[in-house]
Amino acid sequence: MQGLLQQIISGVATGGIFASLALALVLIYNAMGLVNFAQGEMAMLATFVAFTLIDHGMSYWIAFPVALVIAFAGGIAIQRVVIRPVERAPILTMVIVTLGLATLVNGLAGFIFGYVPRSFPSPFSVQTVDILGAFVSYRDLGVIAVSTVVLLAIYLLLQRTTVGLTLRAAAHHPEASRLLGVRVSWMLALGWGLASAVGAVSGIMAAPILLLEPNMMQTIIIYAFAAAVLGGIESPLGAVVGGVIVGVTVNLAGTYLPFVGGDLQLAVALAIIVGVLILKPNGLFGRPSVRRV
Amino acid sequence: MLQRIRTAPPRYWLVAIVILFFVGWPTVISSFQTSEWSQAIILAIAIMGLNILVGYSGQLSLGHGAFMALGAYTSAILAHRYKMDYLATIPIAGLLTGLVGFLFGVPALRLSPLYLALATFALAVVTPSLIKRPAELTGGVQGISLAPPDPPQFVADAYGGLTGTLMTSDQWIYYITLGYALLLFWLAWNLVRHRSGRAMRAIRDGEVAAAASGVNIAGYKTLAFGISALYAGIAGSLFGLATSFVSPDTFPVSLSIQLLVGAVVGGLASIPGPLLGGIFAYFLPIESNQLVPTLSWIPSQIASTVIKAGPAVSYGVVLILIMIFAPSGLVGLVTTAYTRLRRRLRGANDREAGQMPPDPQTIS
Repeated sequence: MQGLLQQIISGVATGGIFASLALALVLIYNAMGLVNFAQGEMAMLATFVAFTLIDHGMSYWIAFPVALVIAFAGGIAIQRVVIRPVERAPILTMVIVTLGLATLVNGLAGFIFGYVPRSFPSPFSVQTVDILGAFVSYRDLGVIAVSTVVLLAIYLLLQRTTVGLTLRAAAHHPEASRLLGVRVSWMLALGWGLASAVGAVSGIMAAPILLLEPNMMQTIIIYAFAAAVLGGIESPLGAVVGGVIVGVTVNLAGTYLPFVGGDLQLAVALAIIVGVLILKPNGLFGRPSVRRV
Repeated sequence: MLQRIRTAPPRYWLVAIVILFFVGWPTVISSFQTSEWSQAIILAIAIMGLNILVGYSGQLSLGHGAFMALGAYTSAILAHRYKMDYLATIPIAGLLTGLVGFLFGVPALRLSPLYLALATFALAVVTPSLIKRPAELTGGVQGISLAPPDPPQFVADAYGGLTGTLMTSDQWIYYITLGYALLLFWLAWNLVRHRSGRAMRAIRDGEVAAAASGVNIAGYKTLAFGISALYAGIAGSLFGLATSFVSPDTFPVSLSIQLLVGAVVGGLASIPGPLLGGIFAYFLPIESNQLVPTLSWIPSQIASTVIKAGPAVSYGVVLILIMIFAPSGLVGLVTTAYTRLRRRLRGANDREAGQMPPDPQTIS
């Protein structure tokens, strides 16, 4: 029983990592109806930035926000340079461009930082604390806390501020917003910046667990896909709930299903994606889509 | 007959020249290079399959590496465990993969292009670990080693008689590959010119309009998936033949990306496109890897990193640039240039004769 509780809490922690990246995917999906295949790689690059800052003697708690700001600026720059030229192109074209971006960023990171896995510092110790008889590491609790803060911050930004309102307006009714004086294209760029920063949180949280190297996010992005699809790809709340569900499910399946074990956890994510898309394509919180002729 | 040859349109001549080139090429290059060209042609076959799906029916798959893996392992297991002749397993692998692709196409029908891309990408990432699991069947991480085939006596004799040299195993594999490529490209050419091809393009350009015109949407979409997977399966099977080895790491997610690069670079919805794309996608990393160590300004200690990162960087740049500046790929660039040139020449003639040049809209 304690073992089960332990696995669930640890699953919630990994779920927080998936949720942040899934939220980043949802932000961009809401802004332009596109799944950004480069989201994980962008997060990986931001994590390398944080690593470099810490490596040069900066304290973790300063390097963390600085890396997020750099990720934010990088996200805006990517939208301006790479995505904007294909903004009006068919969805197929945009997806291929984000895939190209993913490949490019992955290669660039390998080029600059090499392929040797590095250990990434974590401010939380791996020592465990006893909660209701389950041994939970401070690192897991820290990951849960940081994810919660970030997700809350995004929620408040979107729902309670003028910028958030403009962002949502530009995404849902671009023409009307333009008439009201909203600079829609820059709002899309802002969406990319935000998504990039939120994704970076997930990378920085994942790095101490996985070891930092250019392919680190290649599996996380699949879990994030599963989380976003499960929650309903246009729902920020869904991304968070989906992330936690995916994190716990994968963790429990890896522990208790001998067939799955450690190496087929990713297949569980694939099964979730395919299952949701076939049985309930709008996910848990998504609106049913209406096709316009 | 002579009359028909004399009046054949120039592109038939072009096709004949290209075929002759590929038939003669292994007699000029080394055995090792022949093996490289076999693999480039194999990629071209898989890219042709992807092209039928993406270019002609408008469904995006990022998981064609998984179909190649299925084809390769089908052949390898039949040849290794059940001692079948490898050549006989190639059509079986193609048909089985085609069937699986057809079945995969049924749930894919319900997915928007975006979701389909997502699901197939996940499939491509999961494939290596799925292969490792039934270790007693697939050889697990170690994979399966295969014996390279020797050319049958009569082929070797004929080849020796024509060129005066012994036919190597690499050359035999090359000609098998070339034979399959010719057959499959010819089939694809027929497919897209006739009823099914028109139906697929109609679906791609507007599903509702196609349905209103009586096109069986579900039928043609799954058919496109099945045919596309069949091409990938045969390519995978040939790949095992050409490298005499299959392992989970032969089919990483980057293989699926490589196929997409080839399809996009060559030109979607064109028949010569996949051939150009296959050659490009295969030789780009190889050539850059051979170039890097010879460049003296790159320090030798980072040369290995450059070699590892180089393909990803160049593929990424190529994908983005082509999509932004030339969405119809190399073939598109060539046709546009040719059309412009012809229009300019014809326009000059027309002006001399005092006629208006034809409306550009009606030409294309």
